Amino acid sequence: MALDTMTDFRTRLQDWLPKLVLAPSFAVTLLFVYGFIAFTVVLSFTGSKMLPRFDFVGFENYAKLFALQHWHIALANIAIFASLYIVICTSIGLLLAILLDQKIRGEGVLRPIYLYPMALSFIVTGTAWKWFLDPGIGLERVMRLWGWESFSFTWIKSNDLALYCIVIAAVWQTSGFVMAMFLAGLRGIDNEILKAAQIDGASNWQLYRRIVIPLLRPAFLSAFVILSHLAIKSYDLVVALTGGGPGRSTEMPATFMYSYTFTRNQMGIGASSAVIMLMTIAAIMVPYLYAELKEKK
Amino acid sequence: MKRQCNPLAALGAAALCLSAATAWAEPKVEVMHFWTSGGEAAALAAVRDKVVAEGVKWEDAPIAGGGGDQAKTALQARIASGNPPAAMLMLGQNIIDWAKEGLLGNVDALASADGWDAALPQAVKDFTKVDGHYVSVPTNVHRTDMIWASKAAFDRIGATYPRTWEEFNALAPKFRAAGILPLAHGGQAWQEAYMFEAVAVGVGGAEFYRKALVELDEAALRGPTMVAVFAQLAELRGMVDPNAAGRDWNLASAMVINGEAAMQIMGDWAKGEFTNAGKRPGEDYACIPVPKAKGQGFVYLVNSLSLFTQGDPDLIKGQEVLARAIMDKDVQVAFNQAKGAIPARADLDLSAMDDCARATSADLVANDSAGTAVPTFAGTHAAHAAVVGAATDAITTFFNSGMTAQEGAAALAEAILAAK
Repeated sequence: MALDTMTDFRTRLQDWLPKLVLAPSFAVTLLFVYGFIAFTVVLSFTGSKMLPRFDFVGFENYAKLFALQHWHIALANIAIFASLYIVICTSIGLLLAILLDQKIRGEGVLRPIYLYPMALSFIVTGTAWKWFLDPGIGLERVMRLWGWESFSFTWIKSNDLALYCIVIAAVWQTSGFVMAMFLAGLRGIDNEILKAAQIDGASNWQLYRRIVIPLLRPAFLSAFVILSHLAIKSYDLVVALTGGGPGRSTEMPATFMYSYTFTRNQMGIGASSAVIMLMTIAAIMVPYLYAELKEKK
Repeated sequence: MKRQCNPLAALGAAALCLSAATAWAEPKVEVMHFWTSGGEAAALAAVRDKVVAEGVKWEDAPIAGGGGDQAKTALQARIASGNPPAAMLMLGQNIIDWAKEGLLGNVDALASADGWDAALPQAVKDFTKVDGHYVSVPTNVHRTDMIWASKAAFDRIGATYPRTWEEFNALAPKFRAAGILPLAHGGQAWQEAYMFEAVAVGVGGAEFYRKALVELDEAALRGPTMVAVFAQLAELRGMVDPNAAGRDWNLASAMVINGEAAMQIMGDWAKGEFTNAGKRPGEDYACIPVPKAKGQGFVYLVNSLSLFTQGDPDLIKGQEVLARAIMDKDVQVAFNQAKGAIPARADLDLSAMDDCARATSADLVANDSAGTAVPTFAGTHAAHAAVVGAATDAITTFFNSGMTAQEGAAALAEAILAAK
């Protein structure tokens, strides 16, 4: 009898323990992520200025937001930045991974070298690249001191080109990380398949194009998911590297959202821009995830 | 009976002791501010020493970030959680907004007892006295329409300091020919906004400034005077170096200090940089108001500590001591010697201060009585942060592009009227 209750208790505990252990983090996530997403959505329909206030104004904030030229600049910038960032990072990461996978000597040394930029925060990356790209103290000056008098590299001071400086710094920071993901994917590919292909007379190029890269699909998925959210939340890098300037030429939705919500006392408009950011990323990610994960079954 | 030492009882006694300590707590004042640079911290220390000498505990709550944006965010969080600081450094319209929210307490009794009304210029009262109540205690006044000029650079081309915009513009090619950059500039949006307001009062005059940037009058914003202001800004655009974008203001000041550049247009907080570099006004550099095409003018920025309503008598006592300390005549002088500004009180003996401060102070008195002292636009005194933010976008876009004066003025008018 006593033994029965004991086992009963044990099985029930086994049943409940995982749930119990997960409950706190689940509750915290529910409140601080999804709760605040909901709160932001609610705020975006209110006339909140300095503090949250619940006088509902319908879609007025969204109308105001899309009437702002400044917001359109931010949207255009994020489109250019995100597409370049994701494409370049993925290609460099893949290339580095393939090259490192050639069973070369010293791989153990090379891999962390490429990976370490990811250990820096974006603020550090931004500041370092700001100095490096600054014509007065960085690359241009060094080149001129070395005797290349006509060398000119003033992208960071240019309205049209400063955005690409952010791409350069961001790519430098993350491509090593993407490389690591692809490398893990490459190591996971069954050697038998590759050998079979080689016996069938596949060239190296065909081997990668027809077999290896298609097999890396899960790694592409992870890379895409991680890079796209890094792109859309790019705030610290922009603030450290260009401060949104020259002029407002490198403003991003994230910097826009911060300045409207916290410094310009237009919390309603700031919240609506945050909601648009969330919906944009959802519109890209959800179909992609759906397509990728469905095929697995 | 043997008395036993009961740990629980000991704990209880300790707790009692602690609660008694809080009940008999000394008066204290928590001051939230963003004065973290050398001169600013030294200035605030003058107030702190006075407060501490009165037996009030000073709780310093600095939040770094020059313009105070970070401090503002922190304040919002404190207020949202129902725990506002006793005193907070705030600017312009923000003070009025918080006062209208009913969150600022007043020190009217103290103000009338100490005669603040007579001591403060109207310009200062506009941003410390809301609906007839003193809610904020002014520490100092900054002037934003100033030029900082290198004497060495002017001596080198044998020129005198400009009194008109024509003279100012004619200087540029001469400096260039002598290998000196005419205008040191920090290409950050907020700095361009201050430069814009200096040009607006200089080219358009105080009355135009008031109509366009305080009243946000559409006719003034779209009128020809605004185009003239942008035309002068376009001239300035040609006087800066290609490397200006993103530069901090103090680095631009350093360019004037070491003679690399001739002038900088910046508020009088720049003086601290010159003083720290061991430069003396008159001998090494000159502080001159920007040229005024239409009568006199003076753009001011008031720094003040706003007092949030408190219930605890100790905190209220702390606020009163703080308010008295700030308004103390000696403290006002000591504070502003360190900060590089001018005292908020107009009834002080300034013989201990330098020529720049004395001239600015005299100008404030003259302009205040003539009604030509206008509140800073970039510093959100003249208009709300939303309007200033939108205008700043338009100004910085103009300054960093090849837009014509007409296009710039039109963009500014659109931005301001949309955000109004």
